[in-house]
Amino acid sequence: MSEKGMNLTLRIWRQKDSNAKGQMVDYKVTEISEHMSFLEMMDVLNEQLVAKGEEPVAFDHDCREGICGMCSMYINGEAHGPDRGVTTCQLHMRMFKDGDTITIEPFRAAAFPVIKDLVVDRTSFDRIQHAGGYISVNTSGNTQDANALPISKHAADEAMDAATCIGCGACVATCKNSSAMLFVGAKVSQYALLPQGQVEAADRVKNMVAQMDLEGFGNCTNTGACEIECPKGISLENIARMNRELMKANI
Amino acid sequence: MGGFFKSSIGRKVAMALSAFFLMVFLLQHFAINLLSVFNPDLFNEVSHFMGTNPLVQFALQPVLIFGVVFHFIMGFVLEIKNKKAQGVAYVKNNGAANSTWMSRNMIWSGAAILAFIVLHFIDFWIPEINTKYIQGDWSGTLEGVEGFRYYEELTHKFVSPIRVGAYVLAFVFLALHLLHGFTSAFQSVGATAGRKKTLQNIGKAYSIIIPLGFIFIALYHHFNH
Amino acid sequence: MALNSKVPQGPIKDKWTTYKDKIDLVNPANKRLIDVIVVGTGLAGGSAAATLAELGYNVKAFCYQDSPRRAHSIAAQGGINAAKNYQGDGDSTYRLFYDTVKGGDYRSREANVYRLAEVSANIIDQCVAQGVPFARDYGGLLDNRSFGGVLVSRTFYAKGQTGQQLLLGAYSAMNRQIARGKIEMFNRHEMLDVVKVDGKARGIIARNLITGEIERHSAHAVVIASGGYGNVYFLSTNAMGSNATAAWKIHKKGAYFANPCYTQIHPTCIPRSGDYQSKLTLMSESLRNDGRIWVPKNMEDVIAIREGKKKPTDLSEDERDYYLERRYPAFGNLVPRDVASRAAKERCDAGYGVNATGEAVYLDFASAIERYGKEQAKIHNIENPSKQKIYDLGKAIVEAKYGNLFQMYEKIVDENPYETPMMIYPATHYTMGGVWVDYNLMTTVDGLYCIGEANFSDHGANRLGASALMQGLADGYFVLPYTIGDYLADEIRTGKIPTNTPEFDEAEKEVKDRIDFFVNNQGTNSVDYYHKKLGKIMWDKCGMSRNEQGLKEAMAEIKALREDFWKNVKVPGTANEMNPELEKAGRVADFLELGELFAKDALSRNESCGGHFREESVELDGEQKGEAKRNDKEYAYVAAWEYKGEPADAVLHKEELEFNDIELKQRSYK
Repeated sequence: MSEKGMNLTLRIWRQKDSNAKGQMVDYKVTEISEHMSFLEMMDVLNEQLVAKGEEPVAFDHDCREGICGMCSMYINGEAHGPDRGVTTCQLHMRMFKDGDTITIEPFRAAAFPVIKDLVVDRTSFDRIQHAGGYISVNTSGNTQDANALPISKHAADEAMDAATCIGCGACVATCKNSSAMLFVGAKVSQYALLPQGQVEAADRVKNMVAQMDLEGFGNCTNTGACEIECPKGISLENIARMNRELMKANI
Repeated sequence: MGGFFKSSIGRKVAMALSAFFLMVFLLQHFAINLLSVFNPDLFNEVSHFMGTNPLVQFALQPVLIFGVVFHFIMGFVLEIKNKKAQGVAYVKNNGAANSTWMSRNMIWSGAAILAFIVLHFIDFWIPEINTKYIQGDWSGTLEGVEGFRYYEELTHKFVSPIRVGAYVLAFVFLALHLLHGFTSAFQSVGATAGRKKTLQNIGKAYSIIIPLGFIFIALYHHFNH
Repeated sequence: MALNSKVPQGPIKDKWTTYKDKIDLVNPANKRLIDVIVVGTGLAGGSAAATLAELGYNVKAFCYQDSPRRAHSIAAQGGINAAKNYQGDGDSTYRLFYDTVKGGDYRSREANVYRLAEVSANIIDQCVAQGVPFARDYGGLLDNRSFGGVLVSRTFYAKGQTGQQLLLGAYSAMNRQIARGKIEMFNRHEMLDVVKVDGKARGIIARNLITGEIERHSAHAVVIASGGYGNVYFLSTNAMGSNATAAWKIHKKGAYFANPCYTQIHPTCIPRSGDYQSKLTLMSESLRNDGRIWVPKNMEDVIAIREGKKKPTDLSEDERDYYLERRYPAFGNLVPRDVASRAAKERCDAGYGVNATGEAVYLDFASAIERYGKEQAKIHNIENPSKQKIYDLGKAIVEAKYGNLFQMYEKIVDENPYETPMMIYPATHYTMGGVWVDYNLMTTVDGLYCIGEANFSDHGANRLGASALMQGLADGYFVLPYTIGDYLADEIRTGKIPTNTPEFDEAEKEVKDRIDFFVNNQGTNSVDYYHKKLGKIMWDKCGMSRNEQGLKEAMAEIKALREDFWKNVKVPGTANEMNPELEKAGRVADFLELGELFAKDALSRNESCGGHFREESVELDGEQKGEAKRNDKEYAYVAAWEYKGEPADAVLHKEELEFNDIELKQRSYK
């Protein structure tokens, strides 16, 4: 790569609002440094568009350090782009080379309707959480001492691994069936692995799965794509655990 | 429990259970067919038993047919639902980056297997039903053939190179279907990660050996008769 | 108006308990008649919304993100403090109180801090009950680690994602209330003004960020939990959307703004790599538990490293300057954040910065890896382990502790921090200053509350690591739900607040006018153009060290920049659609005012305390030579600013700080 940086063609989904018909539009950006993050490259494009008096590309982003789960781009046919274990904001331009054409689309799923350009509505995830993504404990401050109930390190670590999900929706976007099982499985697992979660375990898994189905997410066919594309490496094991939990809840 | 099988997870469990049943059936079918290579007489006897035993005929056979039909219909229903869940398709989608061809194309390998089963029914099952239930011939014998007729019928079918070619191709699809389907079924019923590695290996072995065996049998009879 | 902090009488240990016993309560049936608005759904806002709803109030919660779970509390990495003394290392409520007041360089309100320390233990109990997967040891009990500025291990953590787990805990508590219908959640909504009726906060004007619609929402009380204003620097560890608009809007409607100059520049962030940089990424302070900070001792090595002729690992121990260990032997690498940041700046200003920009120091884990490796070899009875074996064993431990942070670093910088030291540099991280509140967390406007980072209350001039999460949750779970009752007890007969009143009309008109101005102004410069310029002024003149001349220049430059902004800013798109540029324009307009008040506050405080370092106020000799010099005689007060139109015209109100339980001392970490 030259000192001057990369020249790229960006093929981006533009859609005025949720009712409009969208289409792919090509843009050129020049002198992109390999040290830039992907979203910083998008900033460059947007500054360019603003300067020309055009509307910049709307995209979701916030923390830009891979934890808030807001950013959500489908880059060159993959959720969060070609790198592994990263969100779009952590993807760096060193993954691309001069002259590349980069295709950028919103996360697609019937349950994730496009709001504008690359921004999608993921409130279906919230509604699944409302259905049971909690332990019913009041915030009185009178709960028992935190160390009164020892939890094996193994269980705590596994629960943490499941809880590390950032709710970005890459699993759904990647899944050929637009299934949300990895997301729901992770939440069900976190609580299923902890003693605090046992009391409501049966109702939780039933209600969350029912809401997931109601939202119009597809059925898991175990392709495993979600696990590969998940920026937080949430394991397929969580889906298996959810399946078990649901079977248990129904017996 | 009724609600369970209406849920997405219930459906995948049902898919998995029917798959388990079919995989067990496939194993016994393979074992019997293999006899045709090593011991035609025994093959004939076992075939006759399977073809005339009331338990097999009136209990297992309907279950099998139900299993096959259920697996296919459910497979197509889920595929349609999943297509609907997808909404707008991607302009560019790099599925190969994160999943196997087999896992993404179960519907196509499944459809190929379905086509094969139709052929298979025309070849064996329909004549068999015709002989037994319409013509009422439960003897298992054929004029001009010594002993039971099954071995003779089998070898006869593998004369045509086109049919053998179709069989081989179908079993390649079966292998592809199983390569994903075997472990997928276990995952669906919640098999844990600890057992996964072993399962994967067993799955691979099963998915390759069984179809390869069927192909071997077809080719063996083709070239030996 | 004279400031009344409303701190209860009595010994500090009993203040909160006694106060709670006597506070007015609202009976459960009446709570159903009362609406509360909560703006922001981070740790403070989320926990407050959940708790208020649980108590029975009707809560309307607002966040600009697409889900409450994405509030920037989620990015907090290292941990949360609590005086549990599980490690038996001498911790206590008093010690946490003492450490926090001392860490804040004696510029916080004693009673608030004591209360914070008091409820800290409850937070851990609460979070564990909610299913927050804190790290545990092999016995199944909770694990702790140590953070900067203290001598005990009282920090609870969940890998390097403590903020995430705590926020998801609060979010889950919210979900339960949303499902019950007790919280009405407004995602992708931004509060653009507060509405006052008869001097009381009675509602807000919010913009639906999807449709652009301007909405009126009324309530009997309004709680602002919108976080800090670190993005006034443009580059900070805050989220891109983090903004001060809610806090600034209430300031303009009568809430005093306290100590804006108290900003925390966090010592361990990934250095800037170019002009395109949009934000800075924090590397948790917990890394200083095991990482050693250094720069080369000799200038030749610095140059060789910058030119790529030498690698940091080529330098022998003698050729390295572990400057924190050298200057502060007692606390070493675990000095408080302000001290560590200034020390890094001092070395880099002296020319010892190790990257191309000259703004980076090393954070080295080689000795930690070796130490852990040897320890593990002993545990596993490996005799005469090879160097590689020690490295492997040690690396595994470091990976278990900080794996996600190391991975994040590698993804951003493209260097493997297990093999070569990390490069770090200070960056704006947290704002201790904020809306002035009394002991009840109420602002100077009746019925208007401010909690979490958005208020000024507990951290004085410098916040200790792992205390922000503690304060946010303390305010939201355990403090506000009590104190707000005292105010709402008088509101049970008020009835629903109508939104078709002149007050709402007027506030809505103001908001709409401003939006119309932005979308119709045919300017030439983008919003980011102004934001970056503002950021540069702030960093250069109101950054880690400040002086009179620079601050005066900053005030003038910000004012000029603001005037230019209102003439030449360009916002594409329309008002009635999703329009991120329009959102940014409103936020930057507020930063352009806040920045000037910031400089004014820094100018008026001619002492060095905590994160506020005035070059005019340093120790001139003795052991502490060159260190910050506080001036308790003249500046032991909270500077609360009243809005009077232009930021430069703001009027100063002083809340004198009394220290009855802690002796004011020079903060020494030597």
